[in-house]
Amino acid sequence: MRMQSKGRVWKFGNNINTDEIIPAKYLVTSDEKELGRHCLEDVNPEFPGRVKKGDIIVAGENFGCGSSREHAALAIKGAGISCVIAKSFARIFLRNCINIGLPIIEKDIFRFCKENNLLSIDFKKGIIENLSQKKKFTMDKFPQFIQEIIQNGGLMKWVKKNIR
Amino acid sequence: MTITEKILAGHTNKKEVVPGDFILADVDLALGNDITAPTAIEEFKKAGGKKVFDPEKIVLVPDHFSPAKDLESARLAKRLKLFARKHKIAHYYELGRMGIEHALIPEQGLVSPGNLVVGADSHTCTYGALGAFSAGIGSTDLAAAFITGKCWFKVPETIKLVYYGKLPKWVSGKDLILHTIGDIGVDGAHYKAMEFTGEVIKNLAMDSRLTMCNMAIEAGAKNGIIAPDEITYEYLHSPLSTLHSLFKSDPGANYAEVREYDVSKIEPQVAFPPLPSNSKPISRVGRVLIDQVVIGSCTNGRISDLRTAASIMKGKEVKVRTIIIPATQKIYLQALKEGLIETFIKANCVVSTPTCGPCLGGHMGVLAEDEVCISTTNRNFVGRMGSPKSKVYLSNPAVAAASAIKGRIAGPGK
Ligand code: SF4
Repeated sequence: MRMQSKGRVWKFGNNINTDEIIPAKYLVTSDEKELGRHCLEDVNPEFPGRVKKGDIIVAGENFGCGSSREHAALAIKGAGISCVIAKSFARIFLRNCINIGLPIIEKDIFRFCKENNLLSIDFKKGIIENLSQKKKFTMDKFPQFIQEIIQNGGLMKWVKKNIR
Repeated sequence: MTITEKILAGHTNKKEVVPGDFILADVDLALGNDITAPTAIEEFKKAGGKKVFDPEKIVLVPDHFSPAKDLESARLAKRLKLFARKHKIAHYYELGRMGIEHALIPEQGLVSPGNLVVGADSHTCTYGALGAFSAGIGSTDLAAAFITGKCWFKVPETIKLVYYGKLPKWVSGKDLILHTIGDIGVDGAHYKAMEFTGEVIKNLAMDSRLTMCNMAIEAGAKNGIIAPDEITYEYLHSPLSTLHSLFKSDPGANYAEVREYDVSKIEPQVAFPPLPSNSKPISRVGRVLIDQVVIGSCTNGRISDLRTAASIMKGKEVKVRTIIIPATQKIYLQALKEGLIETFIKANCVVSTPTCGPCLGGHMGVLAEDEVCISTTNRNFVGRMGSPKSKVYLSNPAVAAASAIKGRIAGPGK
């Protein structure tokens, strides 16, 4: 993971569940690119086709609720999203994101972002900036080892590095 | 600190933790089943895992689709068996010794007060009833735990739930937890620990405690927990631990919220579809005709549940299809010895070998379109037990048994 990320905002509301993130019919694969091609298509049909590498999801409460399937986090990562910022995340979804190395931030900035705004995130300094609206927000940084997990690209890669 | 915070801190090199801290903690037990463990095994192999951290601390239970319901589930169970053999996993339960994981593990004495248990199954929170910290995790977490014996956590805040008053007849742990979830909602304890306390809990039998902690996840909680006491140690057949005082919350512990319930006002509850929080007292249920009754699962498939159901069915016949599933082999045998199985069969019930089966719409009692079931399980989500057009109501075993006799949802009477 880079320590910076910059991309356009895609907004999603409250209680986006794992079935909406990746419908069950696509669960026959765990290839993140393939999953990414159907990511969130039932909520916003334009999303999978138009999302660009580096783009950022901004959402409301309880993002990722529902089943504990890891495919949901993989689909978002596979779509090219560089970070998800939500007011709150469902518990196992939050774990899964960190475990597969998808950066997430728990912060309520929904009201301060418009669709397509340009955001930049400095993970090291803990700052989110809405460049389109010239607004800055601070975020709580994850502790060192959680950051390491994300930076290494996920829990298993981190484990691999740390068991040698 | 609260009991949850104490146990978490005790499994790190820290003296103290506060809610919000991220920690890397040692696990005492890591659990997987026939649905979640195969994915974890795959990840384990991909990461180049050669050895598990401790073959004594891993539990593998094929319970969801067993005895294998089709070729796919047979393959999943086979992967579990081969992995268990290769790594000499001490606690692998083949059919014949098997039971539903969350009933089997406490029964086998694999969890002690103060333990930290993780499981790739959301109802792993059940073991909080034994005074352990116990939480559901993902398959990747489980793979990492297999290798390292560790798991990361964000320390949760705790909600304290205090139950007082006299428990009315037929009101059990299931009713207390359904009532509580009805009160706080399915995300009422989001990320948090639910600590069950008060004079009612102190006198509550272990089976009911297990039921309450089992359903903590249905309020969005990370874990449910009950401080260990005489009842706990009696259940575990072990002497009162000298560490006992470590496993209770300090008088000055910080709680996110404290709620009190006067149980003398609580009736047997029925949770209407499609959420466990849609609970109503039995007197306000109205006329609901049913097609099926299920008594079993990790929530209410224990011996006391079967005793309650049999006491109501004795000498009577059920009006609708009724499926009874003892949660473990031991419970099954005990029920046989006590004549409960005979009571059920004479009442025209079906009695099955231990399995999750209908609870997750897997097998052994899947519902067709527009069919209605009352079940002692823990989830009544859309399509949980079969067709998305079927309906599931949740209740305790007494209400389920009385409903089976009447062919509609009914209370067990006085
Ligand atoms: S009985 Fe139901 S809730 Fe319990 S472990 Fe099995 S499927 Fe899950």
